[in-house]
Amino acid sequence: METWDATYERMPREELEQLQLERLQATLNRAFKNVTCYRNKFNQQGIIPEDIRSLSDLTKLPFTTKEDLRLNYPYGMFAVPLREVVRIHSSSGTTGKPTVVGYTKNDIRTWSNLVARFMVAAGVTHDDVVQIAFGYGMFTGAFGLHYGAETIGASVIPMSAGNSEKQIMIMQDYKSTVLVCTPSYAITLADRMERMGVDPKGLSLKVGLFGGEPWSEPMRHEIESRLQISATDNYGLSEIIGPGVAGECRCKCGMHIFEDAFIPEIIDPDTGVALPPGSVGELVLTTLTKEAFPMIRYRTRDITSLDYSPCACGRTLARMKKTMGRSDDMMIIKGVNVFPSQIEEVLVAIKGCEPHYQLVVGKKGAMDVLEVHIEVTEDIFFDEMKMQRAFLEMIEKRIETVLGVGVTVKLVEPNSIPRHEGKAARVIDNRNM
Amino acid sequence: METLKAKNINTYYGQVHALKNVSLHLKQGEIVTLIGANGAGKTTMLNSLSAITPPKSGEISLNGAPIGTLPPDRVVELGISQVPEGRQVFKPLSVEDNLELGAYLRFRRREGRGAIRSGLEEVYTLFPRLLERRKQMAGTLSGGEQQMLAIGRALMAKPRVLLLDEPSMGLAPLVVQEIFSVIENLRREKGTTVLLVEQNARVALKMADRGYVMETGKVILEGSASELLENKEVQRAYLGKEKKEIWER
Repeated sequence: METWDATYERMPREELEQLQLERLQATLNRAFKNVTCYRNKFNQQGIIPEDIRSLSDLTKLPFTTKEDLRLNYPYGMFAVPLREVVRIHSSSGTTGKPTVVGYTKNDIRTWSNLVARFMVAAGVTHDDVVQIAFGYGMFTGAFGLHYGAETIGASVIPMSAGNSEKQIMIMQDYKSTVLVCTPSYAITLADRMERMGVDPKGLSLKVGLFGGEPWSEPMRHEIESRLQISATDNYGLSEIIGPGVAGECRCKCGMHIFEDAFIPEIIDPDTGVALPPGSVGELVLTTLTKEAFPMIRYRTRDITSLDYSPCACGRTLARMKKTMGRSDDMMIIKGVNVFPSQIEEVLVAIKGCEPHYQLVVGKKGAMDVLEVHIEVTEDIFFDEMKMQRAFLEMIEKRIETVLGVGVTVKLVEPNSIPRHEGKAARVIDNRNM
Repeated sequence: METLKAKNINTYYGQVHALKNVSLHLKQGEIVTLIGANGAGKTTMLNSLSAITPPKSGEISLNGAPIGTLPPDRVVELGISQVPEGRQVFKPLSVEDNLELGAYLRFRRREGRGAIRSGLEEVYTLFPRLLERRKQMAGTLSGGEQQMLAIGRALMAKPRVLLLDEPSMGLAPLVVQEIFSVIENLRREKGTTVLLVEQNARVALKMADRGYVMETGKVILEGSASELLENKEVQRAYLGKEKKEIWER
């Protein structure tokens, strides 16, 4: 099977571990020297980079969390001066402020090649026409796949998200062979085709690269049979690099983690203790080749497990299972990361809106919908229907501004939302994953 | 396939901790460069690999076999030859005598005169100028010729790995080009693995496949030569971004 970078993708484990150690030591030396946050964290634990003499010493290092990124907003975690950064992206933070990440020219090149790896692994070649239906903008998804496809030499159609009918028209007319979007949007497109009377068999599509949200095997089968394509999963997060951390080969038996660029660990999310290979736990990643934004033991909060056994495709890289959930309360709505704390912040800011609320996630067709239920109080109850509606619309708009995804706000009876000791059950997820 | 591998090398000069956990590897047939400012530890790293200044701790292996505790002559015998900084040729001796001294260990192993003769011829083919001057005293050679002689002498031991310390130092640009093209030939034709220490990072990175950037006894970057050339830190510190030698333009 084809590989984009066989040297690294098929590297014998012993060589790979030497390379990882060299790159880890170099990364630590640079991060310690250039990033105050890392220097302080290491100092607090009495650690210097020289203490790391093997890959297993990695566990001596402190974790990096989303909270660290928040405290160092916007540029505090950068390891190079801003003038060397050629790109800035961001993703949702846990509060109103997003997480900012930066790339040097080399980082963009590294990123492009990592994405090219999983695209090639999925069967994309330079003859393909790649339709990218991820939203362009601050999110890393669209750009990552865009660069990867261009690096391979494929033709890129930067459609961006939405406008399903136009997507289908372009797909027919431009003879797109590869579709890039969230898995749920793939199903939305299939639904729309059905309604429009478009037969997927008449399309040129052959490969789908789906990511940005967790999805299940039954969903894969549904997409594959309805769109007549081979559907593969890939994984990434903007804090680490964006898409290009891991991706499936055509065996579809787990996503190969590009271990020459990232060291994966699985930890117990409650104790932080590293777990043996094969255990289910939280994925922690350390970058090995990033210049602008090195991440050391970043807690992804994604729950998965790693498989180091050889894969039929010949790659020697470990495989991670599809993510099985989160170790925090983050939700993924239409591919966008949403934290309940972001919504709470908006509600608290609105005068008189005491935050007894609940978030209900469901599906409308294939797409996610998020409803915010707020307990009605004297202060936010209006006799006049018009004023009441305007009030709700105002909240919806404010939340949408913060999240980047639309929500529906509903008022519910006082005391109808269950109170729990300690942490309230803020989120009800009715999507069946 | 890895030829030479070093892990966590720590080397001291008395109290001075000159190398701090330096790890690197060379694959067979690779040209790898070690760049960095004066005093970064580049030469110390070469000397640690060749056992001239044995590391206090760390592991070195050649084709999987540990060599970290062997004396320098054993290291040469196993196939690692070093071309020292400043050539260090035996000035009162003839060119040919200098070359034959490079095969000293092969004489000791009682390899036939014929084998060594053919080694000499190979060196003369690589550096025809040494053939012209074979009877001349090494001290009378130009700097460039002395560098060729130093490389030729190292090749006489039939190394699999060549450690080169600042071969361009003090030489005219055209001579540097000539020497570097010989190194490239060696790799192409014999699959010789090369670790090249250079102050002139630009020329080194143009020839090398990969590189390591050292700073105060530590490796701070590993990457392909083209990545390192693009790295701003490397450009700022070692390439003198705006400045180009006349012959590099």
